[in-house]
Amino acid sequence: MAEITLKGLAHSYLPDPQSPEDYAIREMDHVWHQGGAFALLGPSGCGKSTLLNIISGLLEPSGGEVLFDGEKVNSLSPEARNIAQVFQFPVVYDTMTVYDNLAFPLRNVGTAAGRVHERVMEVAEVLELTPQLKRKAKNLTADEKQKVSMGRGLVREDVSAILFDEPLTVIDPQLKWKLRRKLKEIHRRFNITMVYVTHDQLEASTFADKIAVMYEGQVVQFGTPRELFEAPNHTFVGYFIGSPGMNFLPVAMEGGRVMCGEAPLVVGEAFEKALQATSSENVKLGIRPEFVEAHATEVKGATEAEVVDIQDLGTYAILSLRLGGILLKARLDEDEPRPRVRAWLRFPVGRLGLYVDEFRVEVPHE
Amino acid sequence: MNNKVYNNRAWWLILPMLLLVAFSAIIPLMTVVNYSVQDVFDAHTRFFTGTEWFRETLNDPTLQMALLRQFAFSFTVLAIEVPLGIGIALLMPKRGWQASAVLILVTMPLLIPWNVVGSIWQIFTRGDIGLMGWSLRELGYGYNITRSATDAWGTIVLMDVWHWTPLIALLSYSGLRSIPDAYYQAARIDRASQWAVFRYIQLPKLTNVLVIGVLLRFMHSFMIYAEPFVLTGGGPGSSTTFLSQSLTTMAIGQQDLGPSAAFSIIYFLIILLVCWVFYTAIMNLQKDKQERGV
Repeated sequence: MAEITLKGLAHSYLPDPQSPEDYAIREMDHVWHQGGAFALLGPSGCGKSTLLNIISGLLEPSGGEVLFDGEKVNSLSPEARNIAQVFQFPVVYDTMTVYDNLAFPLRNVGTAAGRVHERVMEVAEVLELTPQLKRKAKNLTADEKQKVSMGRGLVREDVSAILFDEPLTVIDPQLKWKLRRKLKEIHRRFNITMVYVTHDQLEASTFADKIAVMYEGQVVQFGTPRELFEAPNHTFVGYFIGSPGMNFLPVAMEGGRVMCGEAPLVVGEAFEKALQATSSENVKLGIRPEFVEAHATEVKGATEAEVVDIQDLGTYAILSLRLGGILLKARLDEDEPRPRVRAWLRFPVGRLGLYVDEFRVEVPHE
Repeated sequence: MNNKVYNNRAWWLILPMLLLVAFSAIIPLMTVVNYSVQDVFDAHTRFFTGTEWFRETLNDPTLQMALLRQFAFSFTVLAIEVPLGIGIALLMPKRGWQASAVLILVTMPLLIPWNVVGSIWQIFTRGDIGLMGWSLRELGYGYNITRSATDAWGTIVLMDVWHWTPLIALLSYSGLRSIPDAYYQAARIDRASQWAVFRYIQLPKLTNVLVIGVLLRFMHSFMIYAEPFVLTGGGPGSSTTFLSQSLTTMAIGQQDLGPSAAFSIIYFLIILLVCWVFYTAIMNLQKDKQERGV
């Protein structure tokens, strides 16, 4: 059981890194609280696995500190850190039975046979592996093997945290759901800090209380699934979370009006002030497709846009629109009238976000 | 939908394969079988002998002794080469130019032809000019492979180990390289000792290549001929006369075609039998207890 703190952590695989691009992990500070279920979400190659291996001790960071309960563990091996890790591809000891596999981490530290038996039976029970205990691990199916890998982490009583590196990659879709639920259950029951790496937002949001979104070697946002959805900190989080991703409209003030290309937008006084205050060229307004109001007829305070495509998905439809040369999407419920050729768009001010140089800027509302 | 066309002429398609197998296996083997049941004097005079040659061969004390020596030799070299080969493979560097360099150095003995190996060791062990023979004598040991059966045996075993351990090392090395890193990482996280890593990860993953290695080495060593023939000529006495040398003496030296044909067949069957026993035993080790019904 431990709280994991990352302090000024950075890592490069190169011996002499120069630019920020040379770093797999760019300098970051982060805290994983004891007992939480966390997800580390990001696209392939963003440094998630590197970060996980640094926490488990398989990799020593080139800069900064890793602290377990305030104690520096940078140079400690995984053995000494007492951490369990479940890998993308199930790792089982082929020639051993399931029972021996589960008992292995305990026997390695010389636990008494009686205690080993108790723990193995308990963990097998939770993972529903009891009927397989006497079988050789080699002959199990992929999901059973992955359960054995998890079991080897759970069986240890003193474990500081369990790290999962995309553990459901090789599992069949219908079993994924079952295993995910199992993981939740295990988390509640054992109260262990768990960090779950994935590139699947659904997996992340069903497993974790808090999600860290990684992009280009940095954690760009750490928050609940709801926070990530409603107020993404960075344009990348907006794109990456939600389906379809957030709309970002490049805007500028021209003659006292907010313009998106050639189209004027009505966004309220607070945004106008904020836009006037910034000197940056890279200014965007972000809004979720769910919150864009698309009307089939002209309404007050709306901007006219061209309908490019309608994708009907049963209970809702995704509308592709062109506004001042910019493509955006809107989500319509089934009972709303569908604009065919032209649409009039309104952007509720409470749902808009201002992004300057890709980062969210808070706009004070009066 | 069944649109299969029945045409028995398709059987002609297997003709090339049949011819190939006939020339490579069936015809030569049948020739031997033919000789093994007859006493052939010349092209026109022959008598059917039935199992006489087989009985004679099986009851020949010289051949029985050669067979025992052969088994002793094969098992000795296997017992040394397999663990040694695995050990070398474990110590070989995993990457970089060192890996390539060591790989080439280790492979070297495999590239030398059999009778050249015999000649090299013949010179190497000479008391007057051979490095090993001379050194041992200077150290005070009366080393002489033409007089002492122990010296001759030891030298032949040493020569075979030198020549063939690289094969096991190469096979094991390739087997070890194919183990994904995640296994080693998982083992570290499970706090497994070095021995446990070897016993539960490396060795199981090596089983398949080791089956091939053990079978190849058994067959090779069981048929060994050129090296001891060049090195010791089967002596001193008949202490290093193995099966193939006895067979050559019988077939070429004495022209006893009938008995040597029977001998060849028995020889062949023994190799086949031992290989089958090895293979079945190793494969059975991997099976589940439940599957075996225990």
